[in-house]
Amino acid sequence: MLFRPKTKVCLVLLQVMEIIEQIREEFPALHQQVWGKPLIYLDNAATTQKHRKVLELQERMSSLTNANIHRALHKLSADATDMYEAGREAVRLFLGAESREEIIFTSGATAALNLIASSLVRSHMIPGDKVLVCEAEHHSNIVPWQLACEAFGRSVEVLPVEENGEISLERLSELLEADDRIRILTVNHISNVLGIINPVAEIVRLAHSKGVLVVIDGAQGVVHDKVSVKEMDCDFYVFSGHKIYAPTGIGVLYGKRSLLESMPPYMGGGDMVDSVSFSGTTYAPLPLKFEAGTPNFVAAACLKPALEFATAVRDDVQVRECERRIVTAMVGELQQLEGLRICGLPQDLSLKTPIFSLSIEGVHPSDAAQMLDKMGIAVRSGLMCAEPIVSRFSDQGLLRVSFAPYNTIFECETFISKLKLVINMLL
Amino acid sequence: MIEIDHIRNISEIEEEIISEFSLFDEWLDKYEYLIELGKELESIDEGDKTDDNLIRGCQSRVWLVCRSSDGRLWFGADSDAVITKGIISLLLKVYNGQKYDDIIASDFSFIERIGLKENLSPTRANGLLSMIKQIKAYALAYKEKEAQQ
Repeated sequence: MLFRPKTKVCLVLLQVMEIIEQIREEFPALHQQVWGKPLIYLDNAATTQKHRKVLELQERMSSLTNANIHRALHKLSADATDMYEAGREAVRLFLGAESREEIIFTSGATAALNLIASSLVRSHMIPGDKVLVCEAEHHSNIVPWQLACEAFGRSVEVLPVEENGEISLERLSELLEADDRIRILTVNHISNVLGIINPVAEIVRLAHSKGVLVVIDGAQGVVHDKVSVKEMDCDFYVFSGHKIYAPTGIGVLYGKRSLLESMPPYMGGGDMVDSVSFSGTTYAPLPLKFEAGTPNFVAAACLKPALEFATAVRDDVQVRECERRIVTAMVGELQQLEGLRICGLPQDLSLKTPIFSLSIEGVHPSDAAQMLDKMGIAVRSGLMCAEPIVSRFSDQGLLRVSFAPYNTIFECETFISKLKLVINMLL
Repeated sequence: MIEIDHIRNISEIEEEIISEFSLFDEWLDKYEYLIELGKELESIDEGDKTDDNLIRGCQSRVWLVCRSSDGRLWFGADSDAVITKGIISLLLKVYNGQKYDDIIASDFSFIERIGLKENLSPTRANGLLSMIKQIKAYALAYKEKEAQQ
């Protein structure tokens, strides 16, 4: 009788391990060796591995249903178009958007942010207006705004994050209060460096109360948090396919319909027009207005199986349990190492996702990453395409370890013990 | 400074390094040795760590200084990453005090032969590949300068 609670914990752990093993079976890339060691892939914030169903659809569509979409009456084109539009419907469901017109396919989150910046800066800002950009943004959510603002006489202001990486609503409120020229706020849902779930709904409410539009970079957010654009009420939300088990070369821009309708097109080309003549061109209705040229229709179709998998793991209690265990183990173990700092540690640990950027006194991140690679462990080192926030913590870059639902607790423990070994060698 | 008479030629030093590395069965031992070399490498003067001498990699930074005397080149180099420093130490061992033409003719293939080829890959962006190019560029520039005199 005395041992019952412990037995129960073991049973739960066993069940969790079994579920993760089943998930791993669906990802061929995980079952390979690197430098003669079994691969432990912990660079998921850069790109995730592809689900078997995604790979199968990609292969099947490329070999059998290869015809340009929206352009022809023949069967193959109709089938390809249906599959492309099924991808769009899957995205709509996944984000909880109201209509398909609000879902624009782009080549990635970067392209989506460039589209928004370029278009919005012209249609919704006048010279002297400002964009408020969070300090912890990826370069993809900084540089497009700098380019657009420079070209049209607008400017970029910075929303700094707190010492532990969190966004302070008070500070945001003060900034918005102090400057009535801020028209747009752009901020990540979860930073690719800090791995903290930001209070996006509250941020949106605050910004809207000051008449400020909100763009959310959801590249990491869609992977680690539940998203409902309707509940969040953001004006724009973007993400990339390749970070959520889908192929590279596809991204999503969600925008509120009324805003998308009032924005000028970003790129011109085929499929985005209503009628073209040299006396004047009219544009196609949403969403095609923003989808010039032949899109990556295969990758768009592959979003359907990818997002179905993402939804299933996101809603699975046991997968969540495994993720929590990994976060707890990482924080608990790493904090004990002298000179090691986890960059981005919220007060409420339930807001920490399994994305860890580390600075280790006396250890260059590239040395550590190189040694770990030799041990079969794939991690990232450097600036993570987010130089402003990374350089706040270190001038040598950081070491980033990012987990996906297919990573096991065993892999987490292996990483921790190998990291200790590497630190000992390098110090 | 080493007496010029005692400088062995590039291929002799390369062979020595290759045989040294052939003793390591395990990659771990090899890296341990590289780390040791990196830690032992004499730092260049802080004053020489200028932007002009900086070879910027995305991952790590390398500084390279060069001077010439009697038709030979002498290098000093540093990095903020210790494994990179270890490889720098090997490169300096091979190329310090060598003649312009010998450096120009050298193919740096010993790095590959000791199993560290991946460290010179452009994707590593650790500054080493650029450092090697820079060593050659110095040799070419000094040779040209000499020819003009």
